[in-house]
Amino acid sequence: MQGYVKTATRASRPFVLLLALVVIALALAPLWASRNTLQDLFFILTMLSLAQFWNLLAGYGGLVSIGQQAFVGLGAYAMFGAVILLGIGPIQAILLGGIAALALAIPTAFFAFRLQGAYFAVGTWVVAEVVRLCVSMWQAVGGGSGTSLPRDARDGLIGLDQIMALFSVRGAEARDIILYWLALCVTVATVLGLYAFLRTRSGLALSAVRDNIAAARSVGVRAEGMRWRVFLIAAFGTGIIGALIFLQNGRISPDAAFSVTDWTAFVFFIVIIGGIGTIEGPIIGVLVLFALQSAFAQFGAWYLVMLGLLAIGVTLFAPKGLWGLISARTGLSLFPVRRRLILSDPSEDKP
Amino acid sequence: MGLARPDTVPGPAPGTPILSLSGVCKSFGALKVADRISFDLPKGQALGIIGPNGAGKSTLFNLITGNLAVDAGTVRLNGRDVTRDSAMSRCAAGIGRSFQIPQPFGSLSVFENVCVAASFGRNLPESAVTDDCITVLRQCGLLHRANLPAAQLSLLERKRLELARAMATVPDLLLLDEIAGGLTEGECQALVDTIRSLHAGGVTIVWIEHVLHALTSVVERLLVLDFGRVLAIGAPDVIMASAEVREIYLGIDV
Ligand SMILES: Nc1ncnc2c1ncn2[C@@H]1O[C@H](COP(=O)(O)OP(=O)(O)OP(=O)(O)O)[C@@H](O)[C@H]1O
Ligand SMILES: [Mg+2]
Repeated sequence: MQGYVKTATRASRPFVLLLALVVIALALAPLWASRNTLQDLFFILTMLSLAQFWNLLAGYGGLVSIGQQAFVGLGAYAMFGAVILLGIGPIQAILLGGIAALALAIPTAFFAFRLQGAYFAVGTWVVAEVVRLCVSMWQAVGGGSGTSLPRDARDGLIGLDQIMALFSVRGAEARDIILYWLALCVTVATVLGLYAFLRTRSGLALSAVRDNIAAARSVGVRAEGMRWRVFLIAAFGTGIIGALIFLQNGRISPDAAFSVTDWTAFVFFIVIIGGIGTIEGPIIGVLVLFALQSAFAQFGAWYLVMLGLLAIGVTLFAPKGLWGLISARTGLSLFPVRRRLILSDPSEDKP
Repeated sequence: MGLARPDTVPGPAPGTPILSLSGVCKSFGALKVADRISFDLPKGQALGIIGPNGAGKSTLFNLITGNLAVDAGTVRLNGRDVTRDSAMSRCAAGIGRSFQIPQPFGSLSVFENVCVAASFGRNLPESAVTDDCITVLRQCGLLHRANLPAAQLSLLERKRLELARAMATVPDLLLLDEIAGGLTEGECQALVDTIRSLHAGGVTIVWIEHVLHALTSVVERLLVLDFGRVLAIGAPDVIMASAEVREIYLGIDV
């Protein structure tokens, strides 16, 4: 043996413990958090998972999509459709939301993968608009003005009665608790799943494809297959989260479900501010977004202008985002994926 | 190198050329860059390709590797028609190549660049290729740079990385595009030694090079390309003595 490969860093081991503690604290949030806080946490968690999927696409796969709202919206509408038309339980219907998004992703990829760079981005946006228009004509779920989730479906949520009894809360609060837990599960699964994937050789190859697709093909990487895989996974996850968000909302309309501001611009902001192509970045980014939102959201359009300017500023002056600044200063890496070669004979480290 | 492909397919009939082009054509608009190119390359041979700038040498490589599609003609690898195969499957079939303008995976480290090539090019798990990556990096003089992001390498080191990545796939047929340009005399000699030892290990080599003395010290056959046509192919001394070739190379240090 001439050497070995190491991916863990000094910080990452204590961090695992910290992460576990945070997840436990979050899981126990219904015990310590008010209903408002719980809803805020739901917002943070769902935006974080959306951002991680977009990060997988754009940051790791080089597929800069500005049409992810297509999958949020379709996932949400498929869930509503399944509940209203087929009488399926809302939680089971979330899975259908993911599957519908996956089904949409296949023709979208056929179309969008023919386009390069900016054309790819615009192509995904066009698909989202087309899907929004089609859904607006779907009268059974309220057409252009939207609809609400039927009361009996909301009250029939799995485990509702138990939660009501356990925490001695009313139905609406118990529903928030269940959906919050679901959001926590989805987010933890997303972050850990993404991290596990990036540590495999496919994760390494994905970065190679992003950096240079011709060279990646020439060393035997199935570049097209990698891009397909990533696009489909991101669509499925995004559809699930979309369904979850609108199950929480209880109301859906095409404008809200296919909102480019909410599901692409904010997600873009989170990833860019935090640091694209890292797992840590979106975690920081979503906290920044939440803080700004709490402080400035009442300024309406000006708030959005400010977010835009901030994002431009960061792209210009700190292209690796806040996490990039932190890790450059401290050398920290909480989710290390880079492989470091450690030589058995350290003298070979010199030229 | 003592590296072997794990998935050796039953070999073709003895004497089948490892690479065989017939009637290969390619145009970019009105510009013909490959004009009915045909030649056979016996297994184990080292072939040099020379020709003026813009003759279509790099394009020929891209046609062989599948990075570009031919307009007409066929490319055979070990007797098998691969004309319609992707670059990825031609790599799996044993072609390794370097790019004239280095194409590193810029955000990956030097080691990771080689690791992707070793793992995917040979279809082995990452953990099985570490030692082989170290060997290749040492041979290419990049071991002390292993953990540096490839984007931070100098041009010279990027060229070495091209060679290292191609070698890491353990090719049967290695295509090298101008990897000696810009090297000092000592570095050039080291490079020639590396290529010679690869060649001695049985690797078939096609090498495009303007540094003729380096090229002729390795190759057994020389092909002259001009305006996308094969002007001459044969033993290096015969080729270099031909008047036509001398004319094309007038002004270039022979
Ligand atoms: N993708 C492309 N699209 C259009 N024209 C191209 C393309 N690639 C190469 N060419 C043109 O084809 C011709 C041959 O290019 P090629 O790179 O094969 O030459 P070369 O023999 O490798 O030259 P050099 O010695 O400078 O590397 C050049 O005129 C080049 O400008
Ligand atoms: Mg060239």
